[in-house]
Amino acid sequence: MELLDMTAVELAKAIKEGKTTAVEAMEAVIAQIECTESEYNCYVTFDKEAALNEAKEVQKKIEAGTLNGLLAGVPVAVKDNMCTEGVLTTCSSKILENFIPQFSSEAVVRLKEAGAVMIGKTNMDEFAMGSTTETSAFGVTKNPRNPQHVPGGSSGGSAAAVAANEAFCALGSDTGGSIRQPASYCGVVGMKPTYGTVSRYGLIAYGSSLDQIGPLTKDVTDCATIMEVIAAHDPKDSTSIKREDTNFTAALVNDVKGMKIGIPKDYFGEGLDLEVKEAVLKAAEILKEKGAVVEEFDLSLVEYAIPAYYTIAAAEASSNLERFDGVKYGYRVKDYEGLHNMYKKTRSEGFGAEVKRRIMLGSFVLSSGYYDAYYLKALKVKAMIKKAFDEAFAKYDVILGPVAPTTAPKLGASLSDPIKMYLGDIYTISVNLAGLPGISVPCGNDSKGLPIGVQMIGNSFSEKTLIQAAYTYEQARMED
Amino acid sequence: MKNNADALIFHTPICAEASQIGFDATIEIVCTTALAVFSIAQFLRYASEWRISMAKQYETVIGLEVHVELATKTKIFCGCSTEFGGAPNTHTCPVCTGMPGSLPVLNKQVVEYAAAVGLATNCTITQYCKFDRKNYFYPDNPQNYQISQLYLPICRDGHVDIKLEDGTTKAIRIHEIHMEEDAGKLIHDDWEDVSFVDFNRSGVPLIEIVSEPDMRSAKEVIAYLEKLRLIIQYLGASDCKLQEGSMRADVNLSVREVGATDFGTRTETKNLNSFSAIARAIEAERDRQIDLIESGQKVIQETRRWDDNKAYSYAMRSKEDAQDYRYFPDPDLVPLHISDEWLETIKSRQPEFKSEKMERYAKEFGIPEYDIEMITDSKRLADLFEETTALCNQPKKVANWIIGEIMRILKDKSLEPEDISFDASNLAKLIALVDAGTINGNVAKDVFVKIFEENVDPEQYVKENGLGQISDEGALRATVEKIIADNPQSVADYRGGKDKALGFLVGQTMKAMKGKANPGLVNKILKELL
Repeated sequence: MELLDMTAVELAKAIKEGKTTAVEAMEAVIAQIECTESEYNCYVTFDKEAALNEAKEVQKKIEAGTLNGLLAGVPVAVKDNMCTEGVLTTCSSKILENFIPQFSSEAVVRLKEAGAVMIGKTNMDEFAMGSTTETSAFGVTKNPRNPQHVPGGSSGGSAAAVAANEAFCALGSDTGGSIRQPASYCGVVGMKPTYGTVSRYGLIAYGSSLDQIGPLTKDVTDCATIMEVIAAHDPKDSTSIKREDTNFTAALVNDVKGMKIGIPKDYFGEGLDLEVKEAVLKAAEILKEKGAVVEEFDLSLVEYAIPAYYTIAAAEASSNLERFDGVKYGYRVKDYEGLHNMYKKTRSEGFGAEVKRRIMLGSFVLSSGYYDAYYLKALKVKAMIKKAFDEAFAKYDVILGPVAPTTAPKLGASLSDPIKMYLGDIYTISVNLAGLPGISVPCGNDSKGLPIGVQMIGNSFSEKTLIQAAYTYEQARMED
Repeated sequence: MKNNADALIFHTPICAEASQIGFDATIEIVCTTALAVFSIAQFLRYASEWRISMAKQYETVIGLEVHVELATKTKIFCGCSTEFGGAPNTHTCPVCTGMPGSLPVLNKQVVEYAAAVGLATNCTITQYCKFDRKNYFYPDNPQNYQISQLYLPICRDGHVDIKLEDGTTKAIRIHEIHMEEDAGKLIHDDWEDVSFVDFNRSGVPLIEIVSEPDMRSAKEVIAYLEKLRLIIQYLGASDCKLQEGSMRADVNLSVREVGATDFGTRTETKNLNSFSAIARAIEAERDRQIDLIESGQKVIQETRRWDDNKAYSYAMRSKEDAQDYRYFPDPDLVPLHISDEWLETIKSRQPEFKSEKMERYAKEFGIPEYDIEMITDSKRLADLFEETTALCNQPKKVANWIIGEIMRILKDKSLEPEDISFDASNLAKLIALVDAGTINGNVAKDVFVKIFEENVDPEQYVKENGLGQISDEGALRATVEKIIADNPQSVADYRGGKDKALGFLVGQTMKAMKGKANPGLVNKILKELL
């Protein structure tokens, strides 16, 4: 088997068995990056020497028997909104073009403790605001399955890197679908965990109450393995939850007999591409054949999720992004007259159009006189959506539907119409509003050869159920 | 001529204008101008007294926002030290400098102090409370938002009772107490025209105690502040030093005609660093507002900054350019639930406050009420009293030292009781030394200064400096004999019935023995020999 065709878990096993080394694996990734990166632009920061040196260090420890983690020697990519000590962390924004953090995010620390070697930092929509990775200040990332198309976003660089074999696996972050949607567009597996499962410490916040870090991988086994590595209670993050059930690989069981799967009719209405619809329903059919009980139901409130999401996320973002002011770190305009002029010019030049749009939107919905009408109302909708899901999960173990209404759009087709772009998040954002886990698993291609993903949504803390369903489906597809 | 004029111009600000009028003022002109100025000033003084008499028609309405820095060891949302001072940016971490990706974690001690202050001021504790972000751009605020509480503050609807001059008490209602983080400090270098930020203070925990507009005079305000300070010091929640900024008061003030039911337009005055500055600022602001109203102008709702040196406040910002802080619940902090159990624990830890202490002291120590009142006015003095008394079991003597020497030194040096740093054991030893007759009272006072300043061990100090009282009869007798021989006139006077003369002879003996003689013995020996 070609080294690059291995999954992260297969590679870790091969390294453990001495069949290959962390250095060979990294060299293979570097060779691939040198071959395809100029076209795909998956990475914002890629330091070949640093990556190789780290691989050598890790290999020494493996050989010395001091490093024995689940990902020992595996090269991984990290989305550029996660702080990495001493390594440029830009959020794909000009305003952080020179920002080098003093500490690493908790998820990255845990990856490294498990023996993973960081390849570099992946491209993204600026501050994770976007669905195509086109709002990056450092160029667009192209979809490796078809470079005429976007990889999705905002974790587009991470999804594309895994799809292009420029990484064995990657970390992304998901505020409204930013892991699941690019996973779907690029034909890889992506999981957004239950809110509070993975520490947000070191994740540069977009919408704090919605953000979660999660894996983008070649298959469900890798997904479960990385989840097992990064999920842990962190006292540095007040929203982090203590969970005992983080042995996610134990859920890699090929069996869905008796599992109750609900298909929300609202997810299959107007706007959904026919080919996507067919592929997703086919996935449901396969699970049914494997013994799951599948039935349709009304989830309701789906149409309210988008305005509620853009109100809450933008409100939080407008405040979260205030710290980027040119005073302490990051970009500062050269010529200015006085403090306020410095703020104004720095932020005007440092932020891109989509970020400014959301900051303005967020500032508006929080401003006095509008807070009740917008922000509080959005919080109420959020609570109602959570309730609707609670009711659904009283009946079903898993909710199954599409990830996105279409396959990956062409480059440049989305940005001209932000409202349309926002509507593309319709199937993913309610999951963030309700704090639930969701996974995107490849379920075929459309007639243009673009990947389609099926989304499975679980109740809070039911990642294991999702992993089991996704794994069973993946195994069944491979048998086909 | 011109030189003299210059000298005058230098000293009299009004005459300084003369140097800019374009001609050389003669000394006569300068002097007559100065005279004119004096008479104008005189007139103004009368006018102001006249106005004060008019002010009887006005009522001053005052509410306070009091910020208190809590005495936690670490900051409110990170583990950095709260210690005052330190080289700039040495008590900082990613959290309190607002680094991207950092997250706040609430310090439980802050909640306990805030709740304790709330309980001591008769507030209702909000058992389900939240933190909100107050958004504004300023470089001393690293995130450009301050984590504070708007919607669900930890304490609400309390009151404290203050004593008025006529002996009656008045309740000042507390609207709310909320927790928040302090900002950093800007250091301006005017020479280089740059500013630096020191984040050492960033994230130091504060509570803000917001009163209702229940105060009517500077005296009531001071009484309210003193009461708050006493409560908080008793709780150990803060040292409440106005000069160092660990207690800061902003004054919301309006005036209205006596009998009016509606409030006038209020102003907020900031930068008040002492009780006397607060009193001056209140009076100045009251007068300013009355002047405006009297002259048919309107009071503008605005924030004003007090300059205590100039005894003048100037407008910082008006309501029109007041910012929209866009408050919303901080999503990085989970709602705080103070369980019944936790609240009970906090209640059970409430200390003995002044009134309870006063009762106990009267019962336990039997010292005069005046002494008790004075000592319990400060937690530090009460602690010192109790510690020392526990060691020497001489409550009255300890009380005498506290209200005598200690209060005198504090006053002379403009210190607060909290500045006392010597060990109670040293005061106890000093009292024992006097009791044993090892040193006399005058020497003890000198030794006490050393204890106060350097925390010396009085036993060792007395020994090392040979300050022990001379009670050796032989040595004393020799000196007394010499004094008698040297002062025949006084001896004669004494023998002639003038008792005063004995005092003179005692004094002479003490002087000859450098104050170390046992005065009782000297008396006895003198009487014998005479």
